[in-house]
Amino acid sequence: MIEVVIEERCSGCGDCVEACPSDVLRVGEGGKAMIAAQADCQTCLLCELYCPTDALFVWPEVDRIAGITADQALASGQLGAFRRDHGWGEHAATHANQHWRMGAIFERARLQAIDLAAAKTARTEEGSST
Amino acid sequence: MSEPLTLATDVLVIGGGLAGAWAAVAAARAGADVVLVDKGHCGTSGVTATAGPGHWWVPPERREAAVADRLQRSLGLGDPNWMGRILDLTWTSLPGLRDHYAFSTDDRGEVQHRALRGPEYMRAMRAYAVATGARILDHHPALQLLRHGDGSIAGASGLALRGERPWTIRAGAVVLATGGTAFASRLLGSATNTGDGLLMGVEAGADLSGMEFTNYYTPSLAGTNMARSMAYSFARWFDADDRELDIPNGPDVTPHLARALLNGPLFCRLDRVPADIQAVMPEVQPNFVLPFQRLGIETYGERFEVTLHAEGTVRGIGGLRVTDQTCQTQVPGLFAAGDAASRELVTGAISGGGAVNSSWALSSGQWAGAAAARRARSTGARETDLAVATGQAGLKPRREARTFDAAGAVQAVREELNAYDKNIFRRGDVLAASLERLDRIWRELADHGRAEGRAGLRLREAAALVAAGRWSKAAALARRESRGMHRREDAPNLDPRLASRQRAQGLDRIFTRFEPALAPKAWRAEVA
Repeated sequence: MIEVVIEERCSGCGDCVEACPSDVLRVGEGGKAMIAAQADCQTCLLCELYCPTDALFVWPEVDRIAGITADQALASGQLGAFRRDHGWGEHAATHANQHWRMGAIFERARLQAIDLAAAKTARTEEGSST
Repeated sequence: MSEPLTLATDVLVIGGGLAGAWAAVAAARAGADVVLVDKGHCGTSGVTATAGPGHWWVPPERREAAVADRLQRSLGLGDPNWMGRILDLTWTSLPGLRDHYAFSTDDRGEVQHRALRGPEYMRAMRAYAVATGARILDHHPALQLLRHGDGSIAGASGLALRGERPWTIRAGAVVLATGGTAFASRLLGSATNTGDGLLMGVEAGADLSGMEFTNYYTPSLAGTNMARSMAYSFARWFDADDRELDIPNGPDVTPHLARALLNGPLFCRLDRVPADIQAVMPEVQPNFVLPFQRLGIETYGERFEVTLHAEGTVRGIGGLRVTDQTCQTQVPGLFAAGDAASRELVTGAISGGGAVNSSWALSSGQWAGAAAARRARSTGARETDLAVATGQAGLKPRREARTFDAAGAVQAVREELNAYDKNIFRRGDVLAASLERLDRIWRELADHGRAEGRAGLRLREAAALVAAGRWSKAAALARRESRGMHRREDAPNLDPRLASRQRAQGLDRIFTRFEPALAPKAWRAEVA
């Protein structure tokens, strides 16, 4: 669930407010993003991706509010990690989108499963012949 | 509540996920004025935006074999003509996204079109739709369809969430692209997919097909929604005493995992994921690694608890029935696309997974959008003609309005539709009991439910979830056999007499009916 907005990082641009598919966020009277409907958050993480200043922190648990503070979020080293891994904004040059490898990875898993099944059959046959 | 917004357009697209965005692009490219309304934000809404779909991407020379293989696995419910059509359109469409999506090149320098990462894909689709001239209204959920006196579609009305402003949009044609529904499970990206389009479509006179196929599940780290399942295809599975379970990974893993979960907690180790794949995972699926990192779990070392999230009709199959090659429903001018439509034609009785479903979304979206544009340009929006609102449950109570517990209704849907013992291992008596409970909730909601603004939206979502749950249970009850993902413990075999698609319709009373079974020969004749 979305846990906290780091106010000193928030520029008040409203990109997260627009991007949220569950309409959880607002730009508050102080001109900063605020969490208006936390219970509606579906933990999709996309507000973090759309925040150019890495001011938002989502905790992966979906069924409870963890109560993470701004200090805890800052100390986690995780602010902006999702946007960085996606290679968005200034991270484009250093973090390539390697999603295209998915097909080959699934194929490796399929072959591993075949190897494991063959090894198991061999073990069973060995066991039954002794 | 503020002043209502009233618009007229050629084509109205309801839903801005993958299918809706492709529909808007196709309709706008065909020269129509297009308005796309999304409950959330076109670009982040829907299950594509949090995932990363492959597509059914097959070079021309291998398509015949791909269709033959898929047709065999469809267990009599697929249609080779439709399979071929989505293969063709996928192949010609994806390269057209190059101005908006930075396609990767592989290690040999070849451009890779097959698999697009979700957030980037949907950001590109929004840009594509805008570039073709579609007008996008975010945070504008639709609540009901409007119909002319002659039965044809006239538009829709809904609610702009900011300021709780009602809207009415008159249109010559409407594309329903509201997605599937995971029945309020915690499936990643599915929270706004509450089956709204199924309810709106049936209220307007459309029918459904394949609603019994709603029991695909995906493993996730317990307590999270992170249903990116690729790494789990290397998993080892353990019980609470850390005994390794004999569960081979592959397409049939779900019932094994579900049986284990019915016996107690289920754990997993991902230590068989090869090191080179571990290293690249953050740049393949950045969201997969995030919960582990934040919760302090060593992804590929430690044992961790897992759960299974229900996918309902998302990676299930059922939805609105399309009646012609343009994806029109039974209602003139009303089209269905993506997961809001039944995918049996291309998947049969087994899941289309991410790949076939994405190709279906891309294709059905474009067919629906283009045909909607043709129709609307010949009829116009007819905005001065009388139009009748078709919605009832949650909007216009039949008796006195009373407080209705919408959250309680959603919880009941969750319990009846997603519990492993009720939905993965099905039995007639249990299905009937679920249906009875949901029928009672439906009657109460239809008789008394009424709310305004956001609460009104929540009530309407509850109505859609309950309705979709009832269609699913009724269809599963009537299919007294096991076929594909539909597994009846009290009828474990295929019944050759039921080798056909099953329709469902009705609101207060539900009707289901099997189509006449077609011998494989006959269907080829029909296609030719």
